[in-house]
Amino acid sequence: MTATLTGRPAAPAAAPPARRRRRRAVTGWLYAAPVAAVVGVLFVAPLVLVVWMSLNRWPLLGPAALNAPRNYLKVADDPLFLDAVAFTLKYTAIITVLLSALALGLALLVQDRRPGVGFFRTAFFLPGAVGFAAAALLFYGMLNNDFGPIDPMLRALGVTGEPVRWLGTPDMALFSTIALVLWRFAGFNMLILLTGLQAIPVEVYEAARSDGANRWQILTRITLPLLRPTLALMLILSVTGSLLAFDQFFILTNGGPDNSTVSMVMVVYRDAFFRFDLGGAAALSVVLLVALVALNTLQMRVLRRSR
Amino acid sequence: MRRTLVRAALAGALALTTACGGGTAAPSGDGPVTITMWTRAATQAQSERLVKAYNSGHRNQVRLTVIPTDNYQPRIAAAAGARQLPDVFASDVIFVPNYTAQGLYLDITDRIGALPFQAALAPSHMKLGTMDGRRYTVPHTLDLSVWFWNKDLYAKAGLDPERGPTTLKEFAEQAATVQRRLGKGGKVHGTFFGGNCGGCYVFTFWPSVWAAGGEVMNAEGTESLNDRPPMTDVFAVYRDLYATGVAGPAAKDEQGPTWTGFFPKGEIGVMPMPSTTLGSMPADLKIGVAPIAGPDGGASTFVGGDSIGISATSAHPDAAWEFLSWTLSDQAQVEIMAKNKDVVARTDLAANRYSAKDPRVVLINSLVGKGRTPYAPRFGQTFNDPQGPWLRVAREAVFGDPGQVTRLNAEITKSLRQ
Repeated sequence: MTATLTGRPAAPAAAPPARRRRRRAVTGWLYAAPVAAVVGVLFVAPLVLVVWMSLNRWPLLGPAALNAPRNYLKVADDPLFLDAVAFTLKYTAIITVLLSALALGLALLVQDRRPGVGFFRTAFFLPGAVGFAAAALLFYGMLNNDFGPIDPMLRALGVTGEPVRWLGTPDMALFSTIALVLWRFAGFNMLILLTGLQAIPVEVYEAARSDGANRWQILTRITLPLLRPTLALMLILSVTGSLLAFDQFFILTNGGPDNSTVSMVMVVYRDAFFRFDLGGAAALSVVLLVALVALNTLQMRVLRRSR
Repeated sequence: MRRTLVRAALAGALALTTACGGGTAAPSGDGPVTITMWTRAATQAQSERLVKAYNSGHRNQVRLTVIPTDNYQPRIAAAAGARQLPDVFASDVIFVPNYTAQGLYLDITDRIGALPFQAALAPSHMKLGTMDGRRYTVPHTLDLSVWFWNKDLYAKAGLDPERGPTTLKEFAEQAATVQRRLGKGGKVHGTFFGGNCGGCYVFTFWPSVWAAGGEVMNAEGTESLNDRPPMTDVFAVYRDLYATGVAGPAAKDEQGPTWTGFFPKGEIGVMPMPSTTLGSMPADLKIGVAPIAGPDGGASTFVGGDSIGISATSAHPDAAWEFLSWTLSDQAQVEIMAKNKDVVARTDLAANRYSAKDPRVVLINSLVGKGRTPYAPRFGQTFNDPQGPWLRVAREAVFGDPGQVTRLNAEITKSLRQ
């Protein structure tokens, strides 16, 4: 509708410049209005409400009571949350490094058009089409010591002698979760990097080759520098996603064994829905949001500066 | 306005986490009313039987939604925040004090008072559904912890198949005998328990404490007594059973969903089990039932199960009460609950024509009066929550360093007082 109106050749020469500017401004607002409304309802309003909740004692039913800053003071007193911060940072570091390396490797493997490459691209991306919760349940079933097929297969092949407690020790639970996340997201990240790789002009590679550059030099001097914006996007997605990790731990390890795999969002969820402390959970969410914004800003600055 | 927006936001969150069902039914004038009901998967069979029978004989109808047990608490919390609770909802009886304190249930004191059999309603369930002298819930299902033993495995192991354990020490000896004689292949084990499941521990270990005359908390539910005998003696028995391989190796990692799945397969000699599973055991499995005992004797049980009440936001409290009061009637209790070997919610119906046919059911019914349902306003977050302090205490005591129990027990008390 708006497009139709503004698309008309509206005799710009006849209208005075001030009126024209105003009309352009109104048109701009009209174009932005649907998105602004969606952002307002789905992001700004909930954000304001969460901040308000974090300043109150907020029962499930009944009136809220202002209790600021108690909910925030409790954050520093919660050992489970502090442990969760340390664990989530460790998990984020491991996942970001491994996922980036694996996704880059896969993207480099399938970047050239050659016979059969479509099959491999599809195969690598396919796990990304599985819902994350479903994927976590799939791994839970496969790794289960009582009825999962992985253990008997490994023992039949002679790889392991005794049952491996895939989710029974802190290290193994983390390892199993990392395996799940790599399997589920490597293909998706490969796709992101592939778009970046294919945006690099072929002429640049040809020029490098004619100058006598070898494969390693091409990778480090041409591919990676020109891929930096895409890598930056992937890193931001990976870091943010990892810091907000929930499904994989909630379903696969349930925070165990012995609270060794409790992520920050799991603590928020626990406070809200098991302890019914909605105000406290809102305070944790605000803290998490501020940390994420700060980290992303820092990340953007570093990546821009090194460009 | 603010709260309306919050409700809208929470309703959105609920919609994301809700696969189906929920919400109160639309009012329909004087015509028949369809009320909505939620229950958890653990007591699905009993709820479905009751709803089916009610719907076939009444103008009003009940639409039942069954929710996975692990997700039940979060779903109730999200629904309450969004004012999307169903007309009636059942709850694990131990969570009822917290829900009542949060104002989730409607006060039905007068309605309960008008029931001719109100004095016979399961006492432990009624106690937990009462706050400041007002009553909010009635019993829905009763699920007692008892010891099941496999008579065929006992006979093969050279034990008397008709004689189950009468003390916790005997329980351990009999389990060890089954393990020694039949456990070499790794398939059969002497016993089993949910070693990574807080709710399983309280349901199966605490009756041994009560049977020995001990307590696990003070009466107000604000102080934990789990760092002293007889609790530590009970921990020691199970610790030994696991360390010597009498308990299946999967016990340590068992988070709860499958802890009752091994006994029906005929792979376990003797173990604590929920009484509600008796009716669904394979017909060819010969099972003995014994009350849970303390280290040196006694008998007790954890009177678990569900209570049910009308939600504070229900638009149909009369129709909801018509259904709830019917579930407690002679017909529903005897012809639906007792007929399927379930424990009846009324003590005056404990001896009925169905229970009389099976001495095991008579035994289970008789335990309702001897057992306990522990009261604590912060029970769920302390004992059931996998990140709560109780699971750490129990796991250190059974698998880790028992020297940590005293220190960690203070965390339980702290959680109970929050």
